Amino acid sequence: MMRLELVKRPQHSVLFSAISPLIALVLTMIAGAIMFSILGKNPLDALYYYFIDPLRETWSLHELAIKAAPLILIAVGLSVCFLSNNWNIGAEGQFIAGAIAGSILPVVFPDFQNWLVLPLMLAMGMAGGAAYAAVPAFLKARFNTNEILTSLMLVYVGQLFLDWIVRGPWRDPGGMNFPETRDFHAFAILPELMPSAGRANWGIVFAVLAALILWFVLRKTRKGFEIRVLGQSPRAGRFAGFSSSRMVMMAFLISGGLAGLAGISEVAGAIGQLQPSISPGYGFTAIIVAFLGRLNPLGIVAAGFVLALSYLGGEAAQISLGLSDKAARAFQGMLLFFVLGCDMLIHYRVRLAGRALRGGEAAKHA
Amino acid sequence: MFAAVLVGAAFALLFGFLTLSLVTNQVATGLALTLLGLGVSGMIGEAFIGLPGVRMTPLVIPVLSDLPVVGRFLFAQAPLFYISILLVIGVSYFLFSTRAGLTLRSVGDNHDSAHALGIRVIAVRYAAVVFGGACAGLAGAYLSLVYTPQWIENMTAGRGWIALALVVFASWRPWRVLAGAYLFGAVSIGQLHAQVIGVSVPSQFLSALPYLATIAVLVLISRNRRLTMVNTPACLGRPFVPAR
Repeated sequence: MMRLELVKRPQHSVLFSAISPLIALVLTMIAGAIMFSILGKNPLDALYYYFIDPLRETWSLHELAIKAAPLILIAVGLSVCFLSNNWNIGAEGQFIAGAIAGSILPVVFPDFQNWLVLPLMLAMGMAGGAAYAAVPAFLKARFNTNEILTSLMLVYVGQLFLDWIVRGPWRDPGGMNFPETRDFHAFAILPELMPSAGRANWGIVFAVLAALILWFVLRKTRKGFEIRVLGQSPRAGRFAGFSSSRMVMMAFLISGGLAGLAGISEVAGAIGQLQPSISPGYGFTAIIVAFLGRLNPLGIVAAGFVLALSYLGGEAAQISLGLSDKAARAFQGMLLFFVLGCDMLIHYRVRLAGRALRGGEAAKHA
Repeated sequence: MFAAVLVGAAFALLFGFLTLSLVTNQVATGLALTLLGLGVSGMIGEAFIGLPGVRMTPLVIPVLSDLPVVGRFLFAQAPLFYISILLVIGVSYFLFSTRAGLTLRSVGDNHDSAHALGIRVIAVRYAAVVFGGACAGLAGAYLSLVYTPQWIENMTAGRGWIALALVVFASWRPWRVLAGAYLFGAVSIGQLHAQVIGVSVPSQFLSALPYLATIAVLVLISRNRRLTMVNTPACLGRPFVPAR
């Protein structure tokens, strides 16, 4: 009987760590093409609208940067969590918490208007996101509670809280009862980079800066080494004198802070006010970005643009082909599947085995 | 309903293929499945938005349903209600009173020993994953056929994750799952009752209660480290690659 068999590689393959995300992308496109033809659309047209059309004009490249910024910011933070084996699934909630905390100044104190407002808002957004992430981190460090579930539950709580605050206490008094806050004043708006060319704002700069800084920290400092050791072998980490509970806090605070920064940047940048829904699932899509970027901050920058493209492509395909915008979601889910599947190639060699290997042959491969 | 079971099982099979055969990270794969499921269901479900759905008619058991007080609650429910109870009984019996159940638990507690005993670890895990997926599919059918008989985007509202927490809460015992599920159910409908009696708390806060309750319960359970360690299958979440 022929069957596929995995043989562990002695070392992880450098070649495949580089190309496995690309293989995954190609496989996703093939699977996507099949999906589109099942839906009765011309698959090539659909792929064109998804991956090429949004790249054709300058304004649309700006939109790409707007969508990529939060994804990169969140995913870079998540990479610290995932590398240290902390499963923060609640970035969406931290994004919202940051957006709310950062909006306190322009919404509650609209008369406080000067150049200090924006830096304060960004700092408060980071603090808000970090504080919200501190909850699951504290529960994990102190009570050993499963952080996957607690952080995810807090997403729902955060969404409901946002819904309440924009419909209730923070509703714009002059807003005809629409569920939204007052528009942010000029000092509270994140400036656009090139206003004449498109809407892209400083968010993307923050994102790239965060990626560069964390890349440096992860690769070149002792702290980065500590993160990776504790992630791969908590036992070895303890022998080296690293504290895993302090690492839990640190990883969550970093990723929560960055998610919060993404949240306030989105609200102060692309949106300009708080609304009941401020994110098309950035916090979850960022998980895909983190894995597609192989948890490397620089890879994440590239991956962030790819996933941002899928958002824009989803919109383009909806307008041009009448495809549901939910197709983008399905696309993103498939992509993560393929990314994870292809990562297997890094650690294992696939071989077609005939009958079971004989002893000598097995020893050769062991 | 049958279709729901099949789809649930098929998705689980996909998950099984990745985590068991390709040895991918289980948490990340589960997330991928969630995102894919949300996307695909949203895409297909878009056609059904606003349409009145089919409602499964309650299965009224004669005589018993006429019992005072409990009759209506226990014997005039949708068929899936009875199935859920039967599943608890069945799974409990299977896990703790049959040889196959023992095999399954051994695979969860120590896959190396199980493998050494000649148990096909991967096959058992495939079966378990597919069974779990089928049950989840059934639960999805319950949502759209009984609970709110129509399609609403994101109608699951994180129930699959709460169910995960329930298993931890119930320390992997089906009967305790049943008790826990009804406790959570009580918290969830608490908001409706609170509105009826006119409690002036914003509805969003009440809707958040089940999630906060989940967190509280998890904290209570995990606080006792030794108890959790004894109850948790030792090889939970650990991949198995036979060293031959």
